This record gives sequence, C-alpha cells and structure tokens, in this order.
Amino acid sequence: MKTKKQDYITYAVVIAAWAVIEILMKMGLLSSHLQGLLVPMVYYAIAAVALNLCVGILGELSLGHAGFMCIGAFSSAIFSLMTEDVLPGGLRFFLAFLIGTAVTALFGFLIGIPVLRLNGDYLAIVTLAFGEIIKNILNAVYLGVDEKGLHISLQNQMALGLSPNGKMLISGAMGMTGMPHDSNFTLSVVILLVALFITLNLIRSKHGRAIMSIRDNRIAAQSIGVNVVRYKMMAFTISAALAGMAGVLFSHNIATMQATSQYFGYNVSILILVYVVLGGIGNIRGSVIAAAVLYMLPELLRGLNKYRMLIYSIVLIVVMIVNWAPAAIEKREKIMAKLRGKKEEA
Amino acid sequence: MKKFKRVMGAAMASMMAATLMAGCASGSSSTSSSTAASSSDATASTESGSSSASGSTFKIGTIGPLTGSAAAYGQAVANAAQIAVDEINKNGGMNGYQVELKNEDDELDSQKSVNAYNTLKDWGMQFLDGSTTSACSIAVSEYTKQDNMFQLTPSGSAADCTKYDNVFRVCFSDPAQGTAAAKYISEHKLATKIGIIYDSSDVYSSGIYQNFVTEAGNDGLTIVSQEAFTADNKTDFSVQLQKAKDGGADLVFLPIYYTEASLILQQANQMGYKPTFFGCDGLDGILTVDNFDKSLAEGTMLLTPFAADAKDDLTQNFVKSYKDKYNDTPNQFAADSYDAIYAIKAAVEKENITPDMSVSDICDKMEKGMTEITLDGLTSQDMTWEASGEPNKEPKAVVIKDGAYVSAE
Repeated sequence: MKTKKQDYITYAVVIAAWAVIEILMKMGLLSSHLQGLLVPMVYYAIAAVALNLCVGILGELSLGHAGFMCIGAFSSAIFSLMTEDVLPGGLRFFLAFLIGTAVTALFGFLIGIPVLRLNGDYLAIVTLAFGEIIKNILNAVYLGVDEKGLHISLQNQMALGLSPNGKMLISGAMGMTGMPHDSNFTLSVVILLVALFITLNLIRSKHGRAIMSIRDNRIAAQSIGVNVVRYKMMAFTISAALAGMAGVLFSHNIATMQATSQYFGYNVSILILVYVVLGGIGNIRGSVIAAAVLYMLPELLRGLNKYRMLIYSIVLIVVMIVNWAPAAIEKREKIMAKLRGKKEEA
Repeated sequence: MKKFKRVMGAAMASMMAATLMAGCASGSSSTSSSTAASSSDATASTESGSSSASGSTFKIGTIGPLTGSAAAYGQAVANAAQIAVDEINKNGGMNGYQVELKNEDDELDSQKSVNAYNTLKDWGMQFLDGSTTSACSIAVSEYTKQDNMFQLTPSGSAADCTKYDNVFRVCFSDPAQGTAAAKYISEHKLATKIGIIYDSSDVYSSGIYQNFVTEAGNDGLTIVSQEAFTADNKTDFSVQLQKAKDGGADLVFLPIYYTEASLILQQANQMGYKPTFFGCDGLDGILTVDNFDKSLAEGTMLLTPFAADAKDDLTQNFVKSYKDKYNDTPNQFAADSYDAIYAIKAAVEKENITPDMSVSDICDKMEKGMTEITLDGLTSQDMTWEASGEPNKEPKAVVIKDGAYVSAE
C-alpha cells in the first residue's frame, strides 16, 4: 500500500504543477518565453523517466536514448506530414503518437537483441554507438512522397524523381520541415502521465520485481528461474518506447528538425542521464522534477547573458555534491533529525 | 516519508521560484494564450502583444548564436545591428522615433531560437532582425506567423525561411545562389567540366549544391564529380580532390564555408592540382584564416554580396565604425544585418508607421512597405523586395588577386 501511495503522490505532483501553470497562463501571469519552454520541459521529463527505467530499474546504463527520441520524432513526423491535409489535428496527433511509440518500441526491441547480450560498460558503449548510427542513417536518407507513393534514396534529392506536386519528407542532413504544430502543454502533460503510469505500474508488478532482481543480482535471479533475457528485453523495449513518446512531442512542437548531434546526439543522451542521476537513480518522481528544474534553469538565467552557461554548470556541481556526497548526506540527515526532534518536542 | 518530504520540498521550492520568475517577467506582457496552443489562438495573442509596446520608441530584436561554434555569425549580426541603430538614433531616429535594440542568443539551436523569440516578445519587440541561421529562422517563422510579427532574416538563406508572408530576407536564397553560380560559370565560359565538393550535413551547402546541379544541366555544364563530406569528417579532402582530378575537372565548385575551403586549397596544392576554384558567399573570409598561405587562393572566384575592402563610401564608413567599435573586420553577416535595419527604417518611413501601433498592424503595413522600397545597401545597390520575401539584387563575383578581393567583371 505504501508504494501505491507514493505513486499517487507522483501523479498528484504532476497534476498540481499542471494546474498551477494553467491557472497562471489563464491569468496572463506567464510570459510567452516561459510558455514556450513548457512543452520541451515535459518531453525531457518523459525522456528522463524512460531512461530511469533503463538505468535505475533495469540497472543497465544506456547512452542511446536520444537515438530513440530521434526515431520517435522522425517516424511520427513523417506520418503527420503525409496526412497533414487528410486528417484533422487531434486525430492526426493521436495516430502519430501511436505510430511514433510503436516504431520506437520495434527499434528498441531490435537493438535490444544484440545489445542486451552485454553488461555494464560494454552495454553503455554499444547503445552509444547505436544512437549515433540512427542519427547518421537519418542524415543520409532522402525520402519523398507523391501520388505514386514513397520514394527513397541515399544519394540526393534529385535521385528521388519526385513528380512536381510531390513533397519532400526527409531531405537528408537538412532534416524535416513544416511539421504541423500539434502538441501543446496539456497534451504533453497527459502523455507524461501515461508514461508515469506505465513505468510505475511496471515497477510495482511481478515483472517489475523480476527486473529489479536482475539489477540487484543477476546470478541469484537466474538461479530462482527468472528469465533474464526476457525481462531485460521487456524493460529495454518499454524504455525505448517511452523515449519515443518524448520524440513525438519534440517533432510536433517545432517546425523544423535535423538529426544533428545538438538535438539527438550523445550529448543529449548524457543530458538526460544528468537529469536521471540528479533526480536520483531509480527515483521516477525525482527524474521528472530534476528534468523540469534543470531544463528551465539555463533559460531562466538568460538575464545573466554570457555567464549563464557557467552558472548552470556550477549549479549542476553544487546540486550533485549536496545531494550525493556522503558527507553532505550525513550532514543533511543530522539536520533533518534535529528538525524532527524539535517537532516532536513541540 | 523522509525522502518524500525532501522531494516534495524541492518541488514546492522550485514551483515557488518558477512562480516568482513568472511574476517578474510578466510585467511587460499580458499575453493570455499559450504559444504552445494551436494556431487558432493566434489572434488573441497578437492583440495582447500590442499592449506591450511602449509607444515612444521602436523596439527591434535580433536572434543569433552569440555563443558556441557559430558565435561569429550571431555576433556579427548583433554588432552590425547595433551600429545601424546607433547611427539612426544619432540622425533623428526612425520616422522621428528612437530605436531600441536587444540581442538574444540561440546557440544555433532552433528550440532555443524560439525561446529567444519569446523572450524578445515579452520585452515588447516590434520588428525581428533574425534569426541568423536558416534552421533557426524557419523554426521562429512558425511563431512570428502566429503572432503576425514582422520578421526580416539577415542571413537565413534556405528556401523555406520566407515561406510565410510576414518573413523577408536580405541575403540571397540558397537556390538563387546555386542557380546564379551555374549561370555565371556558363555565361563567362569559365569551364565545362566541373567537380563539386559540398557539405551534405549543412543546409546551406546542400541547398546550393542541389540547385547548382539542376541549373548546370540546363546550361550545358558537365559535372564530372560530386563528392560530399560531413561536419564530422572535414579535415582530409584528398579523396574528393582526387576524384575531381581524375574526372578532368577544370573548375571545382565549393559551396561551403571558408574554413574547409582553406584546407581544400592547401591539399589541392600539395597534390599539384590547379583548377579554378569557385565558391559562394561562404568563402568570404578565406583570407583571414590563420596560417593560411594567401597565395594559394590566387585566382579563386566567389559570388558574394559584400566585400569589406570595397571602395564605396558606405562600405568604408561601415567597416571603419565596425573596426573602431568591435576591433574586427565585418563579414557578410554583419553587412546583411546592417542592411536589414535600414530596410526596416525605409519601410517604416514609407508607410508612416508609429511605435504605438500594434505588432500585427505594423506587420501588415511592413509587408506592403517592403515591396515598395528601394535600398542602396552594403550588399547591393537598388535592392527591392518581392511580396514573397525574396530580395532582388545582383550577385557580385569577385576574384582574389594579390591577396585581396577584386571585382571579376
């Protein structure tokens, strides 16, 4: 029962944050700068939840989650671009969301087959490589559509032989442009809740306990009959699918995207990992909060101009030390104990 | 429970902080609809945007990469805009009103560019001189269209940058540059066999390349090799050069930036391969590369709208004030941005726009005004604009002679 209560608190925090922001928006107290940050903040939170499932619950370090975001973003954007004139906005986004998630799950599964044969550092390096492969393939592909159907080429746009009223979907390294702006803050929060619901319920289920037993001691888990490969695949695939959801939001929030390293490279994977580590490995709620705060921080520091990235880095170091250095934890617990003592006296 | 308290505490604190920030930032804005919401809300947000205009000054914003690998471009745009604004303010302002300028950083990231745009909107911006780079400019144009904000990108050259009515540009579009380059080569009979080396990971380079190839076919030019490189692999060009050499190319077209071009020239020299090199405005700056033997660039031709050593008064004055103020030689981005500010000034005065008008009204008038003005700027004489947002100007070809740009005509 206690874990269940914890889950509800997580949902409540998200819904409360959504309500506060919605009210502020309705009252006109939120600057348009902040409003523009809301959707990215939520999709990074979803990505952090996804990665936490892989790192914190499965116990395997993945550095390829930006690659999964990339797949989700591109597959759903291709669908949305193709059906832009056919389907109404809401339905189109819903289908794009399902497609983006499903395609990413498929890729997560396929990549998982070779990758999950490895453990620890080796696995991390291989996921890193896969993330880069995804990015590089998308950088080389030219995809267009006309009345005859899809055309694909690895050479250049001219080799597609599109008819004049055809439409370019992916222009190689130039990426995609003209995606409909279908996402909004409320929708993203709904998707975040879906992602949280899936993750938290998985953790609490029989499967979740099996996954965590693999994390804690693989040999012991195997000895009591836990199918290690199956559960690893399950967690990894779900984690990839969740990252795909974040990608869907990404591509429907901005009109142009390229599969370059600044959006989908390993530094983005590491950025998401920073959110996970700062929020607490295995602590899903922490990931959401850390992602939200750390995404907002550099933007809110805009006023400091040239120094803002420096200050952001310093904040990262300070938070890391305060949260996780053994001496700091000890000190903090002493203070907490004192506070509690005072409370009881009163 | 202890853990929960800690997390809850952090959440509450951060929420409070966010609220505070929001409170501060809202001073100048009464926007009531979410920018993330669907475009049906567009009218609501434009109406409220107008109330943030202060009424006595014009507010112009620039967006560009002020930090990071492309910082030189964004800084050039911001610096040149500052020079133009200072000049305008000293000479009585725009249509009699003073002008304020604010520069925001986008780190060459389209999402951050949108964030920067929203920041400027909160500040009360009425005209946007940005974004500096193509992809960022496209991303921002989705939002300026929603808000009906006038956008004039100094250097966003990709075709899609000006797909909306409210967006204009100062530079040539990539397609126009590719076509112009091919036409120039065939008209002046510079070569018949052409090799191309381009950057397939760059929008600018690929855009020019595609249109060059299309136009070259029409003009009877033979392309004997077309080799790509990417941002991750741009130090060794011997393979690409060898292919051009084997194909017998007597001209190598380089629709790329100058850093890579300087390496290509060095490596071609080592191979003993001496074709004519022909580039676009990205080659502007090749003479400033450190440790580059300028004699290698002799005879290299480029199409560029701006050369800092041009002899006309406008260019010389601009270069002088830029050097005095920023201790640097302005590049083409700076020139584009300078012209952008003066184009805004010309259109404002043509349509008699005043700062107390709403952002949306200003934009409607500017769309009309831009097509009616003729500007003698740094990047071209007699520039005019189409309603589609494209400038009409003549590409200038320059050739490098004795370590300096000389007109090729």
